[in-house]
Amino acid sequence: MSQISAPARRKHLRENLTGFAFLAPNGIGFLVFGFLPIFASLFLSFASWELITPIKWIGFRNFVGILGFHKDGASVFPNDPYFWKYLLNTFYFMIGIPLGMATSLILALLMNQKIKGINIFRTIYFMPVVSSMIACALLWRWIYHPEVGLLNMFLYLFHIKGPDWLGSMAWAKPSLIVMGIWKGAGYNMLLYLAALQGVPEELYEAARVDGANKWRQFWGITWPLLGPINFLMIIMGVIGGFQSFDVQYVMTGGGPVNSTKTMVFYIYEKAFTMFQMGYAAAIAWILAAMIFVFTFLQWKSMGKKVFYV
Amino acid sequence: MSNNTSPSLAQSKKRRFIKETAQKVVVYVLLSVVGVFMLVPFMWMVTTSLKDAGSVFVFSWIPRQFEWRNYVEAWKGGPTGVSFTRFFMNSIFVSSLVTFGQVFTCAFAAFAFARLKFWGRDKLFLAYLGTMMIPGAVTMIPVYILLSSRYLNWVNSYKALIIPGMFGGAFGTFLLRQFFLTIPKDLEDAARIDGCSTFGIFWRIILPLSKPALATLTTFTFMGVWNDFIWPLIVINTMEKKTLPVALASFQGMYSTDWHLLMAASTIVLMPVLIVYLFNQRFFVRGIVLTGLKQ
Repeated sequence: MSQISAPARRKHLRENLTGFAFLAPNGIGFLVFGFLPIFASLFLSFASWELITPIKWIGFRNFVGILGFHKDGASVFPNDPYFWKYLLNTFYFMIGIPLGMATSLILALLMNQKIKGINIFRTIYFMPVVSSMIACALLWRWIYHPEVGLLNMFLYLFHIKGPDWLGSMAWAKPSLIVMGIWKGAGYNMLLYLAALQGVPEELYEAARVDGANKWRQFWGITWPLLGPINFLMIIMGVIGGFQSFDVQYVMTGGGPVNSTKTMVFYIYEKAFTMFQMGYAAAIAWILAAMIFVFTFLQWKSMGKKVFYV
Repeated sequence: MSNNTSPSLAQSKKRRFIKETAQKVVVYVLLSVVGVFMLVPFMWMVTTSLKDAGSVFVFSWIPRQFEWRNYVEAWKGGPTGVSFTRFFMNSIFVSSLVTFGQVFTCAFAAFAFARLKFWGRDKLFLAYLGTMMIPGAVTMIPVYILLSSRYLNWVNSYKALIIPGMFGGAFGTFLLRQFFLTIPKDLEDAARIDGCSTFGIFWRIILPLSKPALATLTTFTFMGVWNDFIWPLIVINTMEKKTLPVALASFQGMYSTDWHLLMAASTIVLMPVLIVYLFNQRFFVRGIVLTGLKQ
């Protein structure tokens, strides 16, 4: 080491300085607003803090409070029934992921043909994607209006009395899912379309020669080759699904009777309306842990089955 | 022989033509049905926004008389007392600064990660990648606490909307680094022989060659900030500083039953974005395919 000459050492130092100079503007912001907060929030999740009260280290009590169960008489109750309810709600909303993907795939298959006017359809399907989520949520609240909403007025033409979509325990969640599919179908359709156009035509020709019909061609060639894109959509969909909040906040406010509140809704409530920062941080970490576990499991179970051309 | 085959050949050709046409018709019908489903909500929004308060509840696609006044009234902001001019200015101001800061600092950092050698580079990059997996809800709480501390006292200020978004940004750094890595190194070596500095290489070679990636990052950052909801909802509590999505959400609380005004407000919020989209479609589409496949 000592054999390194002075100019070489100076060059080395210069290199290091240049590197850090380039990194600094982003790196400092990353450190303060991205990296250190992770540890701060991990610390908070083991503490009790309501902003005005002093911070108190309480060990695993937040986690026990959220995830634990207690015995009352003969039966067992969860310590925080809301957490479990909102967790189930969050999973329920994820039904929209496969439904949305199926819609997008059907659209992409229809569009992946040599017909005129495809651009017009693409433009239309993509309009909800670029639109502001809040404006769309407001617009759909109006469509779902129980008495004079477009949907119920339309159903009335067939003498069907539609329910109070967003106000009923049974319909609120499916209604939000339909709205979500409308909003997002165009995005996945584009990704599918790009993937479909990447499938070599020779494969289909070979299959036709062997006498395979359209149905067989789809399941034998197209579907396996869509593996990577399906995998990507499910992973991204689940990560996004765990964090859904905006639509619920604007369209139902979490109601009726908490039936559309999600995990992030709960974190928002605990942290920014009740100011229970420690408890909220603990929920956020449980959410993060679930995202890790699900992503890992999906990776493990599907990663191997994915085919690449 | 030829007399026997040619009519049947013509017949099979005809049958194939009919089959193909029928198939096309079915495809068009299906695509149109979905198209109507996609468009109808927007059309209903515009129709409602042009009706007078009395006929909002009537099922008709054409208003009795076009009430353009609804737009004027909605634009003024009604009981909030703050007009949409202000909300648009807020959104433009915040989104532009954050996007500029993001793209600029991410480009510098990405260049450092892709091309420079310095102590701990790969470990730092791993830290960047690691944070991308952490959901926003985790860091939101401590960042809010930091901003609300009496040292900064940034809650309910533009600083809270802008500064945390402007610097940092692991995704942008990652995206640009991956792109920079695809640029051949020979160009750089040639420039260095000609006496070009490190900054010169970044500024005159790497950046101009990365226009597609930079444009994609710009579009997506801008759209992300423009539509961001939860962060402004948390840090802003006066009407004057609200960005469009949060302002629109407060609007619905105030005009709970004036649907013609609510729809006018929604139209006001949606129109600019839709117009920009309709004129730059190819660009949006290419961006989605690029980032979607690279994520």
